[in-house]
Amino acid sequence: MSNVFIAFQVNEDTRPIIEAILEDNPGAVANESPAMVKIDAKDRLVVKRESIESRLGRRFDLQEIHVNLISLTGHIDEDDDQFTLSWNH
Amino acid sequence: MTIDLKTVSIKPLRSTFTHVAAHIGGDKPASRYQEATLGVQSTGNYHYRPTWDPDHQIFDATRTAIRMKDWYAFKDPRQFYYGNWTMTRARQQDTMEANFEFVESRGLLSFLPEDVRRDALDLLLPLRHVAAGANMNNSSICAYGYGTGITAPCMFQAMDQLGIAQYLTRLGLLIADPDVLDEAKESWLKDAQWQELRRYVEDTFVLQDWFELFVAQNLVLDGLLFPLVYGDIVDGDFAARNGSAVAMLTAFMTEWSDETSKWVDAQVKAAVADSPENKALVSGWTNAWRDRATAALIPLAGRILGNKAQATTDEVTAQFNSRCAKLGLAL
Amino acid sequence: MDMQVKKKLGLKERYAHMTRGLDWETSYQPMDKVFPYVKYEGIKIHDWDKWEDPFRLTMDAYWKYQGEKEKKLYAIIDAFAQNNGHLGVTDARYINALKLFIQGVSPLEYMAHRGFAHVGRQFAGIGPRVACQMQAVDELRHAQTQIHTISNYNKYYNGFHNWRHWHDNVWYLSVPKSFFDDAMTAGPFEFMVAIGFSFEYVLTNLLFVPFMSGAAYNSDMSTVTFGFSAQSDEARHMTLGLEVIKFMLEQDPDNVPIVQRWIDKWFWRGTRVLSLVATMMDYMLPKRVMSWKEAWEIYAEQNGGALFNDLARYGIRPPKAFADACEAKDHLSHQLWGTLYNYGAATAIHTWMPGTEEMDWLSAKYPESFDKYYRPRFEFWAEEAKKGNRFYNKTLPMLCTTCQIPLLFTEPGDPTKICYRESDYNGDKYHFCSDHCKEIFDHEPEKYVQSWLPVHQIYQGHCFKPGTDPTAEGFDPLAAVIEYYGMNFGRDNLDFEGSEDQKNFETWRGEATRNA
Repeated sequence: MSNVFIAFQVNEDTRPIIEAILEDNPGAVANESPAMVKIDAKDRLVVKRESIESRLGRRFDLQEIHVNLISLTGHIDEDDDQFTLSWNH
Repeated sequence: MTIDLKTVSIKPLRSTFTHVAAHIGGDKPASRYQEATLGVQSTGNYHYRPTWDPDHQIFDATRTAIRMKDWYAFKDPRQFYYGNWTMTRARQQDTMEANFEFVESRGLLSFLPEDVRRDALDLLLPLRHVAAGANMNNSSICAYGYGTGITAPCMFQAMDQLGIAQYLTRLGLLIADPDVLDEAKESWLKDAQWQELRRYVEDTFVLQDWFELFVAQNLVLDGLLFPLVYGDIVDGDFAARNGSAVAMLTAFMTEWSDETSKWVDAQVKAAVADSPENKALVSGWTNAWRDRATAALIPLAGRILGNKAQATTDEVTAQFNSRCAKLGLAL
Repeated sequence: MDMQVKKKLGLKERYAHMTRGLDWETSYQPMDKVFPYVKYEGIKIHDWDKWEDPFRLTMDAYWKYQGEKEKKLYAIIDAFAQNNGHLGVTDARYINALKLFIQGVSPLEYMAHRGFAHVGRQFAGIGPRVACQMQAVDELRHAQTQIHTISNYNKYYNGFHNWRHWHDNVWYLSVPKSFFDDAMTAGPFEFMVAIGFSFEYVLTNLLFVPFMSGAAYNSDMSTVTFGFSAQSDEARHMTLGLEVIKFMLEQDPDNVPIVQRWIDKWFWRGTRVLSLVATMMDYMLPKRVMSWKEAWEIYAEQNGGALFNDLARYGIRPPKAFADACEAKDHLSHQLWGTLYNYGAATAIHTWMPGTEEMDWLSAKYPESFDKYYRPRFEFWAEEAKKGNRFYNKTLPMLCTTCQIPLLFTEPGDPTKICYRESDYNGDKYHFCSDHCKEIFDHEPEKYVQSWLPVHQIYQGHCFKPGTDPTAEGFDPLAAVIEYYGMNFGRDNLDFEGSEDQKNFETWRGEATRNA
């Protein structure tokens, strides 16, 4: 078991993203430090477009996360609907 | 504690960095472009020689035959640094997105005459590979060139050319199915009309002198190809045949070519102005590559313009020659 | 003609057409001549198409998102300058961290720009080429946004104005410079392991994340913004680094031992360079967010651990120096800060001894080491300084031929004994700070004998201005070197206490507070 993480700048744009991630990944933990929040999860973490859209009330392109992303670890798999980080094979 | 810091008027100790001041003639306010560019590349005390090129230092002014008294005489009239480059392109991309959206939502392509559609696919899609070649060549100039003044804009140019290759790809995917991309690549690799151009591009890949590469790619090939293809053919011929929709999808290329050719001119002018030796070198390169480029473009023009091809190509070449004359080249 | 109803392409398919389809096999010029550098390192690539793209950004999306980031960033830089934001930082000592940043880090961002342009030209597959080119232009962004952010500090404080010249000449800056020169002069695959993997993936979080959080703690919003904004590109760069490693390992089993040796080497080279960051975190931030040790545990031990667990399936083990690097986390920042303090007459940053509260913080964060080995020494120096005997070491130190840090680090297992190693090569003796630096040299001595070692250069007389006569009576070598370095003696160097920066900051902030 290894942790993956994703970290974002803290601002208005990222609040719905962070909320969506925490809801879609039970067990994920948000660690806050100045101006940044780092979300850790065991083995796998998924970011879902629909969950973010339902919070934003508009279309959201997953690549928009690039604007406020700070860092991440794990292997990435992305398509139009979700963005996954994992250490699984 | 909140303090209103801006009420304090304090006198700065200096206006800019020491190396920038040396380039602009003393300590005075410098622009963002100047601070981001002038003297930014390291100039010495390199620790090791490249294992991939032991005859040179990491950055080495002798990787080209031209000589410059001041490598920062290469200036960008657009004053691009990353920030204003990418914001400019983002604005242009907004327009292009709107154009693609407009063409698609109004079904404009259904009004495109079949012959124009065919010509657009045959001519424009193989040019994806030419743009990919230009991308590689500009990355090369950025890597091996000397001085941030010329190398940084070459990286922008490399990314722009990748963008152009991708706009052409989107155009193909909008007009037809993905198969046309493979067909166009086959044509690029095998059809006689493309072979002189492909040979030109592949020969530039192995050029060792980065300034000659700059001339062959950015001055000569782009200087002839963009006016001919996007000017005379797409904006002229296609439009006259009720194919203006295509021009909406290549609007970026027209605008880009206009913008970047001014930058290219400034580089060539600076090199030529430095010494008669430079002038002779650059003139020789321009001459040789121009003749190859026109020979490579004539069959493509012929395929679309038929018996008007020679006259159109001659006109494009004549304009190119007069552009070069203004830059001080002896062709 | 009927409008066809076209299937909307998915992200992967679309990206494949937009990028991968652009390549072709050349025939008018042989591929070996078009891509001349991809074979000499011994890495075997059988199928470049097996490359997995790290992020599938096309240029249209790239411009859009990067344009947004830049707009935000420059709005903050402008506001910071207009509002004298520099007077809002915790105290003027903090500004020295930024000096070290522009002297030591920004020039590396620029080198990365050129280095990635080089590999972005040379890889024989368009997937990795384009990913590297995007990184090349991103790295230019980082260098330029850092220059623009720090430009405002340069107008009001010393220690910034000559960063370009300092990076190429000054003794402590040859540490980061030689690190990047080493990577850049290696072959394209080693460059990717050095920078893309070891530095970006394993170590870059240690530079940006805690340091930028520290800037936020110290109210430097312009630096936070460039830092985090740059870091958003790093997410792509890190992923590129990981993909490159997987790609090499999957292409041929013969690649494994070569890659392992590079990982061993570059992990160590990277941790040595980052010791400068360790001092920034532990000593130069007046308000501290976390200790170097804590950052190391999170980003190197935990994340690095997860990463190397994952790579074990290819037969890759953690870097050979991992245990030694972990042990050093208790000592690194203290030992190096002590040295910078010692040589504070020859640094373009101000140095100082931490105050009592700060020492208490260090004691709490480093219970195993600080009180026992470092606090007594630091308290002694502080006492002496108070008595007017601020100690400046004027004897030039012996440098490690590989990492170029003065021999100041201690033996593994014995923090009271300086670690010395040496090798003989072609009749000359070379000195090292550790087994790992010695091993790097021994594997490629013909490369490292070329090192431009600042101390040797000074002794050979290469670091005096033309016309200097070292035999003249009363010749002061230190003053002559500082002059050659283009530092203003007494303004750019020496202790923070009594510096022009300290006085100006106090005066200006005093005015600001009174006006309000």
